[in-house]
Amino acid sequence: MSGADFEVVIGLEVHAQLLTRSKMFCGCSTTFGAAPNAQTCPVCQGMPGVLPVINRRAVEFAIRAARALHCRVNSQCRFARKHYFYPDMPKNYQISQYEEPLAEDGWLEVAGDEGLRRVGIQRLHLEEDVGKLVHQGGVFETAPASLVDFNRSGIPLMEIVSRPDLRSPVDAAEYLRVLRAILRYLGVCDGNMEEGSLRCDANISLRPRGASQLGTKVEIKNMNSFRHVRAALEHEVARQARALARGVGVVQETRLWNPDRGETLPMRSKEFAHDYRYFPEPDLPSLRPDPAWVGEIERSLPELPQARRDRFVEQYALSSYDADLLTADRALADYYEDAVRLHSNPKALANWILSELLRELRGDPAAVSASPVRPAHLARLVALVDDGTISGKMAKDVFERMARTGEDPDALVRREGLRQVADEAVLVRLVDEVLAANAVAVADYHKGKKQSLAYLVGQVMKASQGKASPQVVNRLLVERLGPR
Amino acid sequence: MDPTRLTIHEALAALRGGTLTASALVEAYLARVAALNDSLGAYLTVVGDAARAQAGLVDERLRRGEPPRLLEGIPLAIKDVLCARGIRTTCGSRILEPFVPPYDATAVARLVGVGAVLLGKTNLDEFAMGSSTENSGFRPTRNPWHLGRVPGGSSGGSAAAVAADLAAGALGTDTGGSVRQPAALCGVVGLRPTYGRVSRYGLVAFASSLDQIGPLAKDVRDAARLLEAIAGHDPMDATSADVPVPDYQGAVDAGVGGLTLGIPDEYFIPGLDREVEAAVRTAIGVLERLGARVRRVSLPHTDYGVAAYYILAPAEASSNLARYDGVKYGLRGAGAKDLVTMTGRSRAEGFGPEVKRRIMLGTYALSAGYYEAYYGRAQRVRTLIRRDFDRAFGEVDVIVSPTAPTPAFRLGEKTGEPLAMYLNDIFTIPAPLAGVPALSVPCGFSTSGLPIALQLTGRPFDEATLFRVAGAYEAEADWRARRPMLEAVP
Repeated sequence: MSGADFEVVIGLEVHAQLLTRSKMFCGCSTTFGAAPNAQTCPVCQGMPGVLPVINRRAVEFAIRAARALHCRVNSQCRFARKHYFYPDMPKNYQISQYEEPLAEDGWLEVAGDEGLRRVGIQRLHLEEDVGKLVHQGGVFETAPASLVDFNRSGIPLMEIVSRPDLRSPVDAAEYLRVLRAILRYLGVCDGNMEEGSLRCDANISLRPRGASQLGTKVEIKNMNSFRHVRAALEHEVARQARALARGVGVVQETRLWNPDRGETLPMRSKEFAHDYRYFPEPDLPSLRPDPAWVGEIERSLPELPQARRDRFVEQYALSSYDADLLTADRALADYYEDAVRLHSNPKALANWILSELLRELRGDPAAVSASPVRPAHLARLVALVDDGTISGKMAKDVFERMARTGEDPDALVRREGLRQVADEAVLVRLVDEVLAANAVAVADYHKGKKQSLAYLVGQVMKASQGKASPQVVNRLLVERLGPR
Repeated sequence: MDPTRLTIHEALAALRGGTLTASALVEAYLARVAALNDSLGAYLTVVGDAARAQAGLVDERLRRGEPPRLLEGIPLAIKDVLCARGIRTTCGSRILEPFVPPYDATAVARLVGVGAVLLGKTNLDEFAMGSSTENSGFRPTRNPWHLGRVPGGSSGGSAAAVAADLAAGALGTDTGGSVRQPAALCGVVGLRPTYGRVSRYGLVAFASSLDQIGPLAKDVRDAARLLEAIAGHDPMDATSADVPVPDYQGAVDAGVGGLTLGIPDEYFIPGLDREVEAAVRTAIGVLERLGARVRRVSLPHTDYGVAAYYILAPAEASSNLARYDGVKYGLRGAGAKDLVTMTGRSRAEGFGPEVKRRIMLGTYALSAGYYEAYYGRAQRVRTLIRRDFDRAFGEVDVIVSPTAPTPAFRLGEKTGEPLAMYLNDIFTIPAPLAGVPALSVPCGFSTSGLPIALQLTGRPFDEATLFRVAGAYEAEADWRARRPMLEAVP
C-alpha cells in the first residue's frame, strides 16, 4: 500500500493560557517576565495546609470560549486531581477537570477543499499550569543542578480537545489558526505559541481508506509554532504510512517533535507511562455556573472572525480573500472598520492595509495596535488621494513618513508642499513645452504607437516634479495632440 | 490555688477581676509543662518566650482598661498539624521536621485575634494517622491517667495537655475521630464540628473531605467558647460554610427539656467494653431524668463505615502527601544523584510505617482498574451512611453512643495489629463520613480509673444542641472532681 491508500485521522488538544490578571487558585499575578519565584505564594508553591480558591474570571473566560465554540456549558462541573511526580508541579498533582468538565460537545468551522467543514469539540475544561525547570547551563543532560521557578505554577489554562475530525496536517493547522483567532477575538488568550501561551498536542493515526475503525494513535508533543505543527504531522503521516506499508504496524506511544532534526522521536517511556489516579478534588466544591450568568456572558460575546468576514464581504464588497485577511485578527479588523467609518472607501482602505500597512507590521496583524499610523491617519490619507489633493504615488511616500514619525498626513502634505498640481492653466503650459520638445514622440503617437502617450505623460510629470495630477495631464495631452 | 486548674471561663473571670494576670497564668502553665512534659510527651514544641511576650501585651491591654476579648490571655495548645507563622510545624513527621510555615492557619489566627496565648504545638500520630499517638515520628504521648496507657489519637498531645493542665484548652483535628477518641481516653471534652463549620486553611491535610478542626477543653462551656472563636466562613477555604455562628455558650445552660435522644442499636455491640456500656447507659438515664425523651434508632450502615473510611481517607492522603518530595521544603534524602532517587529517598526516610501503609492503600484504591471497585463503592457507602443520619435526625435531635469501645489501651498493645487499631474508631468514623458534628463528654471511669466518654452526634450545623445536652449532663454529673495523679509521678 502507498501513502495515498490511507486516511489520516487527527485530533488536537490545545492548552490556552487565560489572560486573567491573577492565577487560577490564588491571588498571585500572572504577568510574564518577573524574577524567578517573585510571583508565588504558599498556594501556588504547594505548601502544606493551603487551599485553592477558584478564580471567577477564569471561569468566565472559559465559558466565553465554550459558548463561542458552540459547547454546552454543563450545569455542574468538578475539578479533579491528576497525579504524577515532577518537580515543576509543587503538589505533585495538578488540579484539572476529568469526568465532569466545564463544557462539552461544540464545534467550529474550518475551511477545506470542499468549503467550510465542522470540526467537533469534544470538551473544554479548566486547569492550572505547572512551573518551569531551569537547568543550570541550559541543558538537562549535563546540568549540575536544576532550579524550579513557580511563577507559571497556577496560571489558568483552558484545555480544548477536538474530536478526531481532522483529515490532514493542513486541516489541523487550519483548525488551530481558526481556534487561535477565536480565542484572540474573545480576549481570553493571546495565542502566542512561541512563548507557550498557546500549546498544541496532537493525536494522529492512519487507517486504510474506507475503514471505519480507527488505527493505532500516536501522541505528538512539543510543537511550538504553526509551522512545527504542520511539519511534525506531515513527518508523522509519512512515518506511519511507511510502518503500515511495511506491515510492522504503529506503536501506541508519545513522540516528541524535534525541530532541529525534523522528525518525531519516541519519548522515554518513563516520562509518560502514568496512571494519573484522577479523583474529585475534595478542596473545591462542585461548580454550578448560574444560568443567568452564562446567558449574560453569551450575550456579551463579540462578533467572531467568520461572521465578521462574511459581513465584510457583504457590507464592504470585499473579496472573501481580502475579508479573510482583514478579519484574521481582531485588532486589524477593528482598525479597518475604524478607518472605513472615517472615510467611506472600503476597497481602497483594504488595499492600503493589506499591502502597505501589513508590510510595515512585518506581516503581524496583531502589531497593528502599536503602529504609529492610526486609523484616522490612514483614512485621511486615502481621502487626500480620492479628492485629488495628492497622487497615489505621493501617498505612498507620505505613508512611509507617517509610519516613521506618526505624523498626520495633512501636516506632512502641507509641510512638504506635496500638493498635486491640477490647475489647468499651469499644466497646459507644461504640456505645451513637453510637446514642443518631443516631436518624435508626437509623431509616433500619430502613427498609432500607444506607448508614446505614456512617455509624454511621464515627461510632463517629470517637469512638474511629480506634483501634476496624472489624470489631468493625460486628458490635456490627448486634447492637445488631437485625433490620430 | 494553682491557676492551671482553672477552666477557661474561670480564668477569664479571675483575669477580669484582677486576681490573676495573664503573665502569671502563662508562667504557671510553662512551669507545669517544664515539670511534666518529659514524662507525658504532650508537646513537641513549646514557645515560652513568645507566650510570655504575648501575655505581657494582654496584661497591658487589661491595665489600660480595654474590654477583654473572647479568650483574652488564655494559654492554649495547638495540634502540630495546624500552621502557626514562624513556629516549626512538623505534623509529627520527620519529613517536615525543619518546616516553618510563613502563614497562620485561619483557626490559629482567629484564636490569637481574640487574645489567646499560644503555648506550643502538641504531639500527634504522624500526619494525624492513628488512634494512639504512638505513630508520632518523634515520641509517643502518654495518658495522664495512666502513663502506661495511650492517650488516644491522633490529637493525643492536645488531649493529654488539657487533661494534665498543661494548657487551658487546645485545638485538635478530627478526620475519623482524632479529637473525640483522645478526648474520651483522657477524660476531657472534645468536639468535631460539622464539616465546613471551621476553616481548614492552614490545617495540613490528611483527608480533605473529612478533616475538621475542633476544640479540646476542660469542660463543655470552654469547648463552646473555643468553637465560637474559630467557627465561621473563610474566603480562603472554599469548603467552609457561610452559615452564621450562633451563641454556643448560651446553649450550654439551655437544658435538655423537649429534646429527643436516639440510642442507635448498631452501637451497642459485642466488643463494646462492659464498663463502657454501663457508664453510657447510666448517663443516658441521667439525661432522661433531666427531661430528655429517649428512643431507639437505627443506623443500618454503621458496619460498613470503617471499611469505607479506610478506602477514602488513605486515597485522599496518598494525594495530599504527594507534595512531600524533598524538592521545596522539609527533609531531603541525602546523596541522591537523580530525581527519582531523591524523591524516593526523601519519602522513604521521612515517612513512618503507618503513613507509608496508608499511602500504599490509597494509591492502590485510586489506581486504574480499581478506582470504581474501591473508591467508587466507598463513596456510595458514604452516601448511605449520610442517609442513615438524615433519616435518624427526622426522629431524634441527638444520637447518643459511646465514643470509644474501650478505655485507654496499653502502649504497644495494638501497634502490631493495624486492624485492631482501626476498629477503635468504629463509633467515631460515621460522623465524619456523614459530615455531621459530634461531641465527646466524660461520663465516668472504669474500675482501673480510666476515663469513659459519651458521644453526642447532631444535625449539620447544630453544635448548639450538642452543647445543650452535654452542658446539662455535665452540670448533673461533674466528673471533673477526679483528676489524674500526675504530681505523684517522679
